[in-house]
Amino acid sequence: MSILNRLKIGLQKTRFNFMGKVEQLFYRDAIDEEFYEELEELLISGDIGIKSTMEICDQLRQGAREKKIREPQELKEYLKKLLLESLNTGSSALATSTDGPTVILVLGVNGAGKTTTIGKLAHSYVQKGHKVLLAAGDTFRAAAIYQLEIWAARAGADLIKHQPGADPSAVFYDAINAARARGADIVLGDTAGRLQTKVNLMEELKKIHRVLQKSLPGAPHEVLLVIDATTGQNGISQAKLFHEAVPLTGLVLTKLDGTAKGGIIIAIKRELGLPVKLIGVGEGIEDLQPFEPQSFIEALFSLDKEQNTK
Amino acid sequence: MFPALSEKLQSALRNLRSKGKLTEKDVTAALREVRLALLDADVNYKVVKDFINKVKERSIGEEVMKSLTPGQQVVKIVNEEMTQLMGGFNDKLKISSKLPTVVMLVGLQGSGKTTTAVKLAKYLQKNGHTPLIAACDIYRPAAIKQLEVLGRENELPIFSMGEQEPVNIAKGALKEARKKGADFLLLDTAGRLHVDEQLMEELANIKRHIQPTEILLVVDAMTGQDAVNVAESFHQQLTLTGVILTKLDGDSRGGAALSVKAVTGCPIKFVGLGEKVTAFEPFHPDRMASRILGMGDILSLIEKAEASLDKEKGRELEKKLRNEQFTFEDFLDQLQQIKKIGPLEQIMEMLPGVGGVSKQLKKLSVDEKQLVHVEAIINSMTKEERLKPEIINSSRRKRIARGSGTSVQNVNQLLKQFGQMKKMFKQMSRNKGKFLRGRRGFFP
Ligand SMILES: Nc1nc2c(ncn2[C@@H]2O[C@H](COP(=O)(O)OP(=O)(O)O)[C@@H](O)[C@H]2O)c(=O)[nH]1
Ligand SMILES: [Mg+2]
Repeated sequence: MSILNRLKIGLQKTRFNFMGKVEQLFYRDAIDEEFYEELEELLISGDIGIKSTMEICDQLRQGAREKKIREPQELKEYLKKLLLESLNTGSSALATSTDGPTVILVLGVNGAGKTTTIGKLAHSYVQKGHKVLLAAGDTFRAAAIYQLEIWAARAGADLIKHQPGADPSAVFYDAINAARARGADIVLGDTAGRLQTKVNLMEELKKIHRVLQKSLPGAPHEVLLVIDATTGQNGISQAKLFHEAVPLTGLVLTKLDGTAKGGIIIAIKRELGLPVKLIGVGEGIEDLQPFEPQSFIEALFSLDKEQNTK
Repeated sequence: MFPALSEKLQSALRNLRSKGKLTEKDVTAALREVRLALLDADVNYKVVKDFINKVKERSIGEEVMKSLTPGQQVVKIVNEEMTQLMGGFNDKLKISSKLPTVVMLVGLQGSGKTTTAVKLAKYLQKNGHTPLIAACDIYRPAAIKQLEVLGRENELPIFSMGEQEPVNIAKGALKEARKKGADFLLLDTAGRLHVDEQLMEELANIKRHIQPTEILLVVDAMTGQDAVNVAESFHQQLTLTGVILTKLDGDSRGGAALSVKAVTGCPIKFVGLGEKVTAFEPFHPDRMASRILGMGDILSLIEKAEASLDKEKGRELEKKLRNEQFTFEDFLDQLQQIKKIGPLEQIMEMLPGVGGVSKQLKKLSVDEKQLVHVEAIINSMTKEERLKPEIINSSRRKRIARGSGTSVQNVNQLLKQFGQMKKMFKQMSRNKGKFLRGRRGFFP
């Protein structure tokens, strides 16, 4: 099966599971308590979380009252609008530096998809004619450096690495200098996976951040937190604690090719204001896309023919 | 923002606990809170619905309402149902009559299969077995290398054949295991989506050829509502025999633990609690339930203590706990030994009444000074006070605060926590059968 097909099927299942039911819900006759109860369950089943779900339902009730909405279909459009408004932050384009290389630091819990995202991102920059350098900042996990090396080769990017167990800050220091010397205009920094509650590991991130700031004024230009779409309410804690350690500029939502809905990003956006910039939709090098709130919401709600036959 | 599940549950149930008489309305109100707490912990919404209905049915029954402590009864029911939901008791690995016992690890990408394979192998090795791990992940870059490095670091044999068909690697590994006399063969497979037909068929094919005794789904404890879809789908296609829950050392509320068993019927057999190879334990639903409810996990604490302190001391502590003879003297003794047992935050989590205050815990993990405070307070007590804390009146409190360089508030807080702890021990010892379950069961 081609990657494209796989992705298509994955996305279809997502929609079918989640908003297929939403679709059914909005074909009910009336907006009553049962309706809201079911809507609440549906939003929760999408990992939007109990707090945001209740807020959204309240907003919906209020809106329905004020705007005298009686038709479920009409309410659906209103819900879409609400969700879209809460996700919209303008462009999801990544920052670029006008003075020296652009540095993008990638963080996240173990197994979220950091290294893979860097591989994909490197590829997309190289395709656009940039000279890309990867910094192998995960010196902790066995064979993590080798994994990034493979991605560097695939993408046609340079790599700066130290020995396993080395201080990641030193890797980044070298990477910045190497980028300057070699004329690389993009530096992508990989880091070891860490749970957000590990105080010492979060301190390590702060140090990395300081070293980057010192080695290159303005760096890092992007600090991206990678979140697995299957993540539940813990995602809020991840975003919150990583953001506290190192100011984040955005999120990457990976593994959207599965059946998970990724609704946690709605909660994160509502509570912390952090926007999603990129989405991962597979393990292939091309499987990275800019995040578009409009299509994210549309995808959640649309139901095409193939799904109807499912 | 999102206080831990235990905090919420505790507050929901606290009101009930103290009530002498209970109406259906009280129960409904409390259960509404419980529902929100469970949903917030990522327990699947369908599972929550069933759970609440079950608890409600039992709680508004005659027996509970007429009992002297209806509130306590409801708390007990919640605890019991929760334990039940997670499988009731610890389920051990099955052993094949024909060696080796093959254990296949499967799961989504990034769930922690490779780390788990190594931890499980180490665990088996410690219990006198001779495991072999086969590297069947031919897709993720450097996956085989990762396993080889981990094998070398942890003195575990790894079988790899490069990037050949996984089923052939598994067959080769089986031969190798037999030749070497390995009694366990662990298959580390590539992460895959449950909706990826081609890759799921690859697993089904390995299953047909190798006939593993155990097929364990590795699930990230941070997984949200999708956990049940994933587990159901893997189960449907492979007939799982169990689940391993990983990354439980974070602040995840572990709702997946509650849901997965409920929908697949597959027991959770082990949990991963950190990046270290030794951070791996058999799963005990009863302990987990009381941990979630903020009742602490005295059993794990005792086991930890036993493992790091001398046996004699552990047994003594256990006896004291059971006979309600636990005093500040013992507490002080424990505190002094505590640094040997493990990171403070983990220990605190196991202490009743403390597990819930997770927000403060975060601070605690950096600020071991708290511990020094507690020690100082106990040190300022007279021997009599330590043995009979009930005699500590307000003038004594003042003296103790002054002597320890803390405040009366600090002293009050400690006394209160200690009281809660004792009450907890009492409750647990009343329930001795359950208290002891799983104590003896060393693997396998
Ligand atoms: N299906 C799918 N798998 C992904 C995606 N992104 C990463 N992965 C897989 O998730 C696993 C962990 O990824 P990795 O980049 O090593 O995570 P890290 O530990 O955060 O660096 C690997 O098996 C990746 O192939 C995605 O968007 N979709
Ligand atoms: Mg990585």
